[in-house]
Amino acid sequence: MQNTSINFKRQVTIKLADVRLQNALSRLQTRFVGGRSAVIGEINDLQETRTAAAAIRDLVLNDLEHWLLHFEQQATARGAVVHWAETGDDVNRIVADIAAQYGVRTAAKSKSMVSEECGLNDALEQVGVKVMETDLGEYILQLAHEAPSHIVAPVVHKNKEEIADLFAEKHRKPRTTDIAELCREAREILRPTFINADMGISGANFLVAETGSVLIVTNEGNGRLVTTLPRVHVAITGIEKVVPTLEDVTTLLRLLSRSATGQSITNYVSVLTGKKDHADHDGPEHFHIILLDNGRSSLLGSEMQEMLRCIRCGACMNHCPVYQNIGGHAYGWVYPGPMGSILTPLLGGLEAAPDLPNASTLCGACAVVCPVKIPLPDLLRKLRQRQMDRGMKSWQETLMLKAWAWLALHPMIYALTTKIGVRLMCLMGGKEKLLHTLPGARGWSDGRDFPVPAGLTFRELYQQGKHQ
Amino acid sequence: MRVGLFVTCLVDTIRPRIGFAAIKLLEAAGCEVEFPVQQTCCGQPGYNSGDQKSAKALALKFIAEFETFDYVVVPSGSCAGMIRVHYPDLFRDDPALLERFTAIGQRTYELTDFLVNVAKLAKIPGNFQGTLTYHDSCSGLRELDVYKQPRALLAMMPEVSVHEMVESTTCCGFGGTFSVKYGELSTRMADNKCQHVTETHTDSIVGGDLGCLLNIEGRLRRNGDHSTRVLHVAEVLSGLDKEE
Repeated sequence: MQNTSINFKRQVTIKLADVRLQNALSRLQTRFVGGRSAVIGEINDLQETRTAAAAIRDLVLNDLEHWLLHFEQQATARGAVVHWAETGDDVNRIVADIAAQYGVRTAAKSKSMVSEECGLNDALEQVGVKVMETDLGEYILQLAHEAPSHIVAPVVHKNKEEIADLFAEKHRKPRTTDIAELCREAREILRPTFINADMGISGANFLVAETGSVLIVTNEGNGRLVTTLPRVHVAITGIEKVVPTLEDVTTLLRLLSRSATGQSITNYVSVLTGKKDHADHDGPEHFHIILLDNGRSSLLGSEMQEMLRCIRCGACMNHCPVYQNIGGHAYGWVYPGPMGSILTPLLGGLEAAPDLPNASTLCGACAVVCPVKIPLPDLLRKLRQRQMDRGMKSWQETLMLKAWAWLALHPMIYALTTKIGVRLMCLMGGKEKLLHTLPGARGWSDGRDFPVPAGLTFRELYQQGKHQ
Repeated sequence: MRVGLFVTCLVDTIRPRIGFAAIKLLEAAGCEVEFPVQQTCCGQPGYNSGDQKSAKALALKFIAEFETFDYVVVPSGSCAGMIRVHYPDLFRDDPALLERFTAIGQRTYELTDFLVNVAKLAKIPGNFQGTLTYHDSCSGLRELDVYKQPRALLAMMPEVSVHEMVESTTCCGFGGTFSVKYGELSTRMADNKCQHVTETHTDSIVGGDLGCLLNIEGRLRRNGDHSTRVLHVAEVLSGLDKEE
């Protein structure tokens, strides 16, 4: 997927003015923030469970090569073929080759954010493979030619009226806004797809090293159909998704569904192990697993490694006051919200997403809800530090920061400067005691007044002995 | 006990009354309060913008001025969080300094946290009358666990009635330099906060961090609300909210 994070500021302006989007986003909080808080208490040792989950992820990340090779060995022993992809283009090429190998004409796809990283659908269409998204949200987006705006709820930016218009146009049926009816319409189109597709493409929530299994959690059931009905199954995911044992997965699952959708457990938890065996009644004849790096391995052993703990629950964006106001598209790539503001610059280059680490108040709401305890605000701050160290900040910002620090290190000059400054501001505020414009800080004064200083600094008053 | 007051640069320059309110409250709790006059800024603007070098220099300046006090008290959760949580992290690779910063960090408190949990203030000097709603500033809340403390103190004031707003713990959009760099976004977040404040129909919005309060007040005034008072919790508790 093309990275347009460089346009972040312009996108923010557009998204803040988009009334439909704003209405759609207002429901996000009730559904996901409310949903999580209603069930997260079911885990009575929540903090210990989060700590255990983080430890499981760290155990793997500290020795990722070992766990990946272990996974490959187990998966291969059960008849799967494991492919290693360095870039998104490599993934596309591998899938195209598999498609050619088995004479694949049509593919049914369940949700996969990693495939969004690669731009897989377009690449497959180019080699003559028709791809059908079967996750309801992804299906809607495929019809609308749009990208997902949330990693769990891809179509959260659309309301049912928009979807009704889209379905009426594309399905050529009478327009309805009845949600059950809309779902039925989609189901009628999707059912034959599952049965007729030559290839099923899925993502993976976890890779289980001890059994070589691909584990996916879904709610609609499309994931199970896609991975069992077609004769070829291709699972695509990032190299960081491996977990040692099924027992470990259960710890992560307790947190994942509750953090993501406010469910104690998702409708389906599918553990896909090996290709169809002669004793099996169903399952794919060919099972391929593609593991994508795309910059992930460069984070191993670095100060950013904790980001690879991420299990893609979306809680950080659901609870982020920035995401809540602009939605996912403004961020400009596959992953939005706090986790995206870290992953996008790390995987796609800091110079391509200079705003993302900075467009956060560091309020910390994300870190509190992260099921694997990723210190998201700290990682954002570390990216800001990289920008400073590499001279990527504007000269104005650098100058302001350096000037302020210099002043603060020279108390006498600081006292004098602030003494003059507060008097000036006080005068300028007049009777109203408000400044309507702040030269050099229009970002503030375009939307807010500034309450004027009292006129004398605390330091002056204290020294004058007002206190006594 | 000897308490060093770290007044913060915003209180020093914009609303010094909050500093005197803090002194009054600390003295009411039996503390001997001093204000080291060389103090300036905790270094948070640089730290949060990636300028660790400046932040370290200011941290060293801070420790030189405050290390001899029994406690350091700050009328701001954000600056107290900087000292308590982030200073030690700045010196994590220097064992000797790390030990000193950890030690002073543990003796550094946000004002209401200190009044409730250390000094155990028994009688509130102020006599504020009216209704108010409380905004929980992010750093105090999430770095220092300040939530119950201001409410416990306000509950000791017989004529104060606290009406909670919805989402009192959601960020107001200030975020230091964020408020200028991403003004539009910051303003929208402030707007949401102002709406929640207005919905409570209270006389005042009260909080523990001047940065957030300036942000909220700035947006309220721009929206034409000139009646809702925007006060620091120290002003309410001390009774200094009335003085001009």
